[in-house]
Amino acid sequence: MSTAAVTDKRPSTLRAASLPKWTPWAIAAGSIALGLGISAAAGLDSKIQWALIAALLFILGTYGVAARVEGRRQAKDRVATSLVWVAFLLAVIPLVSLIWVTVARGVKVLDIHFLTHSMGIVADTEPGGGIYHAIIGSLEQVGLATLIGAPIGVLTAIYLVEYGRGKLAKAVTFFVDVMTGIPSIVAGLFILSLMLIFEMQPFGFAGSLALAILMMPVVVRSTEEMLKLVPNELREASLALGVPKWRTILKVVLPTSIGGITTGIMLAVARIAGETAPVLLLVFGNPFINNNPFEGAQASLPLYIYQQFANSAGSGAAYDRAWAASLTLIAFVMILNLVARGIARWKAPKTGR
Amino acid sequence: MAKRIDVSGLTAYYGSHKAIEDISMTVEPRSVTAFIGPSGCGKSTFLRTLNRMHEVTPGGRVEGKVLLDDEDLYGTGVDPVSVRREVGMVFQRPNPFPTMSIFDNVAAGLRLNGNYRKSELSDIVEKSLRGANLWNEVKDRLNKPGSGLSGGQQQRLCIARAIAVEPKVLLMDEPCSALDPISTLAIEDLIGELKERFTIVIVTHNMQQAARVSDRTAFFNLAAVGQPGRLIEIDDTERIFSNPSVQATEDYISGRFG
Repeated sequence: MSTAAVTDKRPSTLRAASLPKWTPWAIAAGSIALGLGISAAAGLDSKIQWALIAALLFILGTYGVAARVEGRRQAKDRVATSLVWVAFLLAVIPLVSLIWVTVARGVKVLDIHFLTHSMGIVADTEPGGGIYHAIIGSLEQVGLATLIGAPIGVLTAIYLVEYGRGKLAKAVTFFVDVMTGIPSIVAGLFILSLMLIFEMQPFGFAGSLALAILMMPVVVRSTEEMLKLVPNELREASLALGVPKWRTILKVVLPTSIGGITTGIMLAVARIAGETAPVLLLVFGNPFINNNPFEGAQASLPLYIYQQFANSAGSGAAYDRAWAASLTLIAFVMILNLVARGIARWKAPKTGR
Repeated sequence: MAKRIDVSGLTAYYGSHKAIEDISMTVEPRSVTAFIGPSGCGKSTFLRTLNRMHEVTPGGRVEGKVLLDDEDLYGTGVDPVSVRREVGMVFQRPNPFPTMSIFDNVAAGLRLNGNYRKSELSDIVEKSLRGANLWNEVKDRLNKPGSGLSGGQQQRLCIARAIAVEPKVLLMDEPCSALDPISTLAIEDLIGELKERFTIVIVTHNMQQAARVSDRTAFFNLAAVGQPGRLIEIDDTERIFSNPSVQATEDYISGRFG
């Protein structure tokens, strides 16, 4: 008997029945319709319930159909795929709806006048006014905090990765971990206690100090990871050329990882730009423009948003201003992120011929 | 220019683990010396003690003497950075600096050490690239990143980078193990040219390569796993491959090892 004859008689082991490509969509449509139907029949009015029922039906349906046609392994694969998709949707829905709501409500009063005027002569309940003073305050406080926090954080990470051995390095790592968990209000209280000892009035730089405390551990962690990614071979190549260690770090290790370090710093900046609690304690808020962060109360964007909601006594104008300020804050953080990504791409190790 | 290396009673540790024990040998200037031996016998470790790169590894320390023309590399007050400027190194895997162009890679040693004149820089880069037989392939794209070159070209770029700082000795740690036969041939030819100017020490797993490029060959071995590696013998390459004085060398070379 020839081999060809044998293969002819056997069914192919490599091919199996498979569902057409549109099956997931059909099952999704079916389960949504069924979910809506069940909700209507049972008289459930919550919007979340029918979606949950539909999601459950979708996963069960996918498993059932696929197990019947394709076999159990493919069915499990499809269920895993749909779980990933459901998780993705669950993560994206709040994000998209948050941006949607903020943009929809924020654009009402967001214009040049809003960005270039303060609340100095406008009562919180009246329309008009703007966030110029809050933008100035935010930029100065976050900028100063970054000037303090980023260098200390990056240098600490360099110490931990390049030099740190033994007990001191372990202690530093431990305290950085502890600092990561400090609630922002505690950082604020810490600076406040110093302010009370020296009998000082609220001012912008005090807020910067608290923000720097919050920023440092984030910068240390991300920079540490980025420095660890730099291959040891590059360090050795540089050392073997007779380059001193500090120049190796400065000219080889840091340029190689600068993209990731910048991204880490920008994420830390984004984190502290939205902090309200320490600013409320230490900077206090001020409806007038104060350009000097070292003297007198200042405003900041998150604090402005909070105060517009809290002190407006239900006035629609104040709500609109709060939403517009939120939109500005999101845009500010987003622009920072885009800039960071730009720097990262520009500075990243070059590839290609 | 090229310098003689005199090693006596050298023992190297990783923490408490003794990696190589009591090695003594002489490496002649303007010659190629090859180190052969099974994996883990301490060839690379020994090579790295010759330019004080061993102590870069956490826990690495060295006992014994390494004389570079009568000057002890491990003497008191000797700066490892100055040692590494005299004794250059090429690594197993090509490792050009990814942030730098081809030109900057070759100029890196001079620039980072800061002792060069700007007018000389491009001459030195051209000379080094010619010295590494790479000039004709890259002269039109000196500003492109070094990581865009092929593996063999990258390794020659690393050799150009190492010889640009004019070391007296060039250490090569399995420079061809990641390369194809044609690139290997290019680098072997290059080693033949470079030995006119430098003292060259090369670690290799390829015995034909050791026989082709080296003037003297040293065979390393270890008694058992966990034991420190030792120098079994060092002799003229021809003698090692035809009539070695130790039975273990003959067994290893003829493949009757173990």
